[in-house]
Amino acid sequence: MQFALLVYERPEAFAARKGDGSDPYTGAWRAYYKSVVEAGVYIGGDPLEAPETGTTVRIKEGKRQVQDGPNPDAKEQLGGFMILELPSLDHALAWAARCPAASSGAVEIRPLSPGFKEKVKG
Amino acid sequence: MSGSGEEDIHREIERVARESYGRLVAYLSAHTRDVVAAEDALSEALLTALTVWSRDGLPQNPEAWLLTAARHSIIDLIRHQRVVSESEPTLLLLKEGFTEMNVASGFPDERLKLLFVCAHPAIDPAMHTPLMLQTVLGVDAVRIAGAFLVAPKTMGQRLVRSKTKIRDAGIRFEVPERRELPERLEAVLEAIYAAFGIGWDDLAGVDQRGQNLAEEAIWLARVLLELMPGEPEVRGLLALMLYCESRRAARRGPDHEYIPLSEQDHKQWSSRLIEEAEQTLSEAFKCGRPGRFQLEAAIQSVHVERARSGSTDWAAISAFYRQLIRISQTLGTRIGYAAALAEANGPGAGLAVLNAIESEAVASYQPYWAVRAHLLQQLGKTAEALDAYDRAIGLAEDPAVREFLRKRRS
Repeated sequence: MQFALLVYERPEAFAARKGDGSDPYTGAWRAYYKSVVEAGVYIGGDPLEAPETGTTVRIKEGKRQVQDGPNPDAKEQLGGFMILELPSLDHALAWAARCPAASSGAVEIRPLSPGFKEKVKG
Repeated sequence: MSGSGEEDIHREIERVARESYGRLVAYLSAHTRDVVAAEDALSEALLTALTVWSRDGLPQNPEAWLLTAARHSIIDLIRHQRVVSESEPTLLLLKEGFTEMNVASGFPDERLKLLFVCAHPAIDPAMHTPLMLQTVLGVDAVRIAGAFLVAPKTMGQRLVRSKTKIRDAGIRFEVPERRELPERLEAVLEAIYAAFGIGWDDLAGVDQRGQNLAEEAIWLARVLLELMPGEPEVRGLLALMLYCESRRAARRGPDHEYIPLSEQDHKQWSSRLIEEAEQTLSEAFKCGRPGRFQLEAAIQSVHVERARSGSTDWAAISAFYRQLIRISQTLGTRIGYAAALAEANGPGAGLAVLNAIESEAVASYQPYWAVRAHLLQQLGKTAEALDAYDRAIGLAEDPAVREFLRKRRS
C-alpha cells in the first residue's frame, strides 16, 4: 500500500532552505531521507518551493478565481511530500513521527488513490 | 448552584473515577464476562452521577453509589436486549452478588483477574497494554492512540474488537493455575512494562503525557504487587521501573538537551526512588527465583551504584546481560549487551556482538544504529561511523536525541 506523507512546515523551516545546507534542520532531513531509502520503503517525493510561490485557482459560480499563494491564514504550509510503500497506516505513522517536520510542523498521511488515477487516465 | 460547587463535583467524580474505575470495571466484568457492557454501564453511571450529585450533593460512599447505578444499567441493558434466557446466569449473578454484598463495606477486588484477561494469549499481544490502560486505569482511546502512535479511530476499533473477543470467546475471569502462571504472569508484566517504555521514550520528561503513562505503569505494578506479593518478578519489574524513574530529572539539561546515562549528574537522581528500588529488588532476590525483570533491575542497580563509587562496573553489567540473553533474546537486550561489553572489553568486542545481528531486523531500529555509530567512531572507522550516525539520526523521533547525535557526528 502506498501512502503520501504531506509535510507541513513553518516559515523558519522554509527559510532554512536558503542556507548552504549545514543547518541542523536540513541535516536532520538528510539523515531521515537516508533512513527511509535504506529501509526500502521510499517510492518518491519532492520538496516544494515556498508557499508564496504558489498560485491557487478556483472556479466559483462559473467564474475563475486565481489567488496568489496558498491559504494565507495557516501557520504551517505544505512544504513537500514523500510517497512510501508500507504495509499499513501504523507503519506510515511511525515514519511520519520520525520526520524532522513532525517536531516543528506537522505531517499528514494520506493513502494514494490509484483507483481514481485509473479513472483519470481512462 | 454556584460554579465552584459544580467544579467540586466534577473534581470529585474525576477522583472517584480515577481511583475506582478499574475496581468497578473489574468487578462488573468479572460477573458478566463482558468488559464492553461493564464500561458502558460505568460511563452511564458516571454521567448520571454528574447530574444527581450536583443536585443532591455527594453520596456517603461514591464508589458504592456508582456500582449500584452501573449494575442497574447492566440489568436494564440485558432486559432490553431480550436475551434473558441466555443471560439468566448473569442476571442471577448480579442479583446474588447484590444481596450478598455489603456495598458500603466494599466489594472484592477483581483487578488481578482483569489484568490476566487483558494479557490473555487469545488476545493480540499488541493490544495487551492498550486494553489494560483502558479497562484498569480508564485511560481514553485518544490518549492511548497517541502514545502508541496509532490513528485514534483505529485504536478505538481495535479496543472494541479485543473486548468483544473477550466476551465472545468466553475468556474466563480467573487467576491462572499454578502450571500456567509463569507464562501468563509474564504477559501481564510485559504489558505493564510496555506502558512504562512508551512513557519513558515519549520525549523523555518534556512531555507531560509521556510522564503520566510511566507513572501509571508504576501504579499498575504496585496494584499487581499488592495482589501477588509472593511473585519475585513483580517486584523485579517494580524495582526496574523505579530505578529508571529515579533518573528522570537527570535525563535532560537546562535547555531540554538529551543527556546520556553515563554523563548524567547523579546528584539529580532521586535517592528516595533509588532506595525504594533497592529494597524492592533485594526482597525479590530473597525468593531465589531470578527472572528477566530482576536481572534488568540488577543492571540498573549497578548503574546507580555510580552515585556512591563514582565509577560504573561494566564487567558486572555485561555479566548480567549475558544471563539476561539466556532467558530473553530480544533485540534491545542484545544491543544493551553490545554497549556494555564495549565499555568493559573495548569497542571491537561490542561491534562483534552487533555484527552478529541479522541486518533485516535492524533496518528501522534506532538504538542499533546509535550504538553502532558510537563504536565505529571509537574504532576510527570514520566513513562507516558517519553513515551509521545518519541512520540513527534519521530514525530518531525526539529532536533532542537528533541534536545530541548530530553533535557527536561532527
